[in-house]
Amino acid sequence: MANKWKLIYNGIIPGNPVLVLLLGMCATLGTTSSAMNGLMMGIATMVVLICSNAVISMIKSVVPDKVRIPAYIVVIASFVTMLQLIINAYLPALNATLGIFIPLIVVNCILLGRAEAFAGKNGVVDSICDGLGCGIGFTFALTLLGAVRELLGTGRLFDCVIYPEDYGMLLFVLAPGAFLALGYLIAIVNKLRNLK
Amino acid sequence: MLTYISIIVTAIFINNIVFSQFLGICPFLGVSKKTSSALGMGAAVTFVITLATVVTWLLQRFVLDPLELGYLQTIAFILVIAFLVQMLEIIMKKIAPSLYSALGVFLPLITTNCAVLGVAILVIQKGYTLMESVTYGVSTSLGFTLALWIFAGIREQLEITELPKGMQGVPIALICAGLLAMAFMGFSGIKIG
Repeated sequence: MANKWKLIYNGIIPGNPVLVLLLGMCATLGTTSSAMNGLMMGIATMVVLICSNAVISMIKSVVPDKVRIPAYIVVIASFVTMLQLIINAYLPALNATLGIFIPLIVVNCILLGRAEAFAGKNGVVDSICDGLGCGIGFTFALTLLGAVRELLGTGRLFDCVIYPEDYGMLLFVLAPGAFLALGYLIAIVNKLRNLK
Repeated sequence: MLTYISIIVTAIFINNIVFSQFLGICPFLGVSKKTSSALGMGAAVTFVITLATVVTWLLQRFVLDPLELGYLQTIAFILVIAFLVQMLEIIMKKIAPSLYSALGVFLPLITTNCAVLGVAILVIQKGYTLMESVTYGVSTSLGFTLALWIFAGIREQLEITELPKGMQGVPIALICAGLLAMAFMGFSGIKIG
């Protein structure tokens, strides 16, 4: 059991997909205009990641080595399509805010990366734990970035007013703010890692 | 005619794919250390995006729409793109070996470039005709090449700059990209038609 916790923990802090491994940058920058959007995108990606990791670890012995990448992509794309239909049906507002980034979960390097590096080599339960860990790590990074941008940009956090909007720097909600905020976040993470 | 000019200017400057739509960030950060490799990557991406846009547009119009299989869009498009990149690699190896060796390293990377799938889906969402889609595809990839090229120039200078340890590499690159994105925001005042 301790082993499973270690797998999950590894995805959250030491191997955080965004802040340490620098994967999945497009979704990270594109969907974090507010903390809520970041959280939702993180959860959507996590669901696909857990499901695809589970299925890939189940089919790994049947798939020939030469066609494994296309096979993995088809598995991931199927889950993304399911998720897209579910979001479309039950959460149309979310579909409007995340827009093109939902189908683009397919080309998120984190998914194929975990499939290739972990799920293609390990058992089902371990792969689910790995997916959960990486998913939580991704969600954490996106929510953090979204929170920073929302707070600096509009003075709100999860839609609760912290300080009046007039003092907010609108830049942080717009495109350049995404690059700046993520750059400084990664710099802080690097600094903390160097201290150890 | 005005529609086409508007599509071109919008895709290259106003809605630049990297700086305002956040697509293709991975190659943007990965392959932008030298101006020469930035141009190589830009050329490869231009080629693939243009080809992929045409093929996926035809697929959507003549296969998915008549058969009402719209929900298979994501799966169908990603397979077509992966297949195209693979085909392109094989054909170029045979026909143009010099071009192949020049682009070689970048070609397989393109399948996971979200700009390709992104443009393919966007032209369908925007309801463009085939000609408009091709124009959009070409000018978007020109915008991508422009962004990559400018950024590579900046990073060549950054190499010789002394920076605090935590800032080196990706953080300073992202901050420079932020400043560039700010510069590109200046174009949003342009109105055509």
